[in-house]
Amino acid sequence: MPALLERDTLAGLRTGGDERLARAELRRQIGRLERELAGLFGEAFGRVEIGCEIDGLSAEPRVLGLGELERVRDDLATRIGEARLALDERALVETRNRELLRRMLADPAELKWVRVSRHDVGEPGCGVWHSRPRFGMLGMLMGWWRVKVSSGCPLSGRLAAVEQEEAQGS
Amino acid sequence: MAGAEATGSRVGWDPAPQQGWVAPHVAAEFPGLGIAWIEVDGRPGKSPDPIRRRLRDLSDRFYGAHAIHMRERPIPWAYRVFFRQIGLDPDRTRTPVEQLALDRLYYGAFTSQGLPADALTIAIVETGVALRAFDADQLEGRLCIRDSAPGESLAGRPGELAQGTLTIADERAPVGLLFGATAEGLGVSRETRRVAIVSVQVKGVPQIAVDEALWMVAATLGAS
Repeated sequence: MPALLERDTLAGLRTGGDERLARAELRRQIGRLERELAGLFGEAFGRVEIGCEIDGLSAEPRVLGLGELERVRDDLATRIGEARLALDERALVETRNRELLRRMLADPAELKWVRVSRHDVGEPGCGVWHSRPRFGMLGMLMGWWRVKVSSGCPLSGRLAAVEQEEAQGS
Repeated sequence: MAGAEATGSRVGWDPAPQQGWVAPHVAAEFPGLGIAWIEVDGRPGKSPDPIRRRLRDLSDRFYGAHAIHMRERPIPWAYRVFFRQIGLDPDRTRTPVEQLALDRLYYGAFTSQGLPADALTIAIVETGVALRAFDADQLEGRLCIRDSAPGESLAGRPGELAQGTLTIADERAPVGLLFGATAEGLGVSRETRRVAIVSVQVKGVPQIAVDEALWMVAATLGAS
C-alpha cells in the first residue's frame, strides 16, 4: 500500500505532468459538449435518429492523455454537427408537411387520400389527418371530400382509469 | 470530501458511511472524484413485499420521457461526462442509472432481482448516484480509487490489467474496475452475510445526493 501511495506521478498513467491544465480544459469542453449533445438528443428523439456513440475508445476506464481527450472532444463536436444538420433537415421536411396539411385542410378535394400524421409535422402523439370522401363511394362520385382527424392511440392513463373502474365495479 | 483523504462518520448515521480515498495523482486529474461506503448486515434473498411494491410504484412513476431527458439532468449528465473523460462511451457502457432506465423501458418495469439489488435499484433511480455492492467480509481495510499497478490483475479475469486502469481497490488488490467488472469472489453471493454498498462520486454530484443514496439503501435493507 505505501508503494501505491508513493506512486504520486503521472508516469503510470501515460500522461505528462505539464499538460494537466490542458487536460483540465479539454475535460471542461467535453462536459459542455456532452450537455449540448444531450439536449439535441432529447430534441431529436422520436423525430430523427442522431448518433451519440464515439468509436475506438478504451474498453476499460483510465486517465486519458491529451491526444485522446482531444479526440473525444472532436468526436463529440462532430456528433453535434451531424445532429444539428439532421435536425435542420428534419425541420425542413416538417415545414413542408405543415404547408401540405394547411393546403389539405383548405381544400381536401385537391389532395385526395393524402394522410399526414402528427409525426410528419413534428408533433407528439400518433394522430393523423386524412383526406377522404364523405359517405364513401357516394362522396367520391359527388366530390364531397373532407379531412378526417384521428386523435390517435388512447392514453395509457385513460386505459388504466378504465381498468380501475372495471375493478371497482366488479 | 471527494478526491482526497476523508475521515469519520456523520452524526445520526447508522451504519455510518465510511469515506475512502483517491490516489493523489488521480484526484489531481479528477477533482470531485470520491468513494464512500456503508456496511450492512444482510444476506441476499427474495425481496419482501414492501420493497417489491416500492419497485412497482417506482416503475409507475418512471416514463419514457424520463429516460430520454435523463442525460440532461445534472447527476446523470455528470456521470456521462466522467465516462467520456475516462475513455468509456456512455452509450455502450451505460452509467448505472441509465442502464436501469433502459431496463425499465425494455422489461416494462423495474423487475425485482432480490436483495440487495432491489435496494440499489431504488436508490440509484431515486438519486442518480452510482452504487454497487460487494461482500463486505471479503474486503480488507479502506476502499480507494486508484490506477492499477504494473502486474496487477482482477481476480477471475485472465491476464494483467493494462497499466493505468482505474480501479476500486481495498488494501490488498483491486476489487473491481471503476464502473466495470467486479473481481471474482468479491461480489454478493449466497454466502454473503454482510454487504458493502459503495458509492462513486464524480464532479457535479453533490455530497447530499451521495449521502441520500447510501442512506436509502441502508434504510431499505434495514427494513427488510
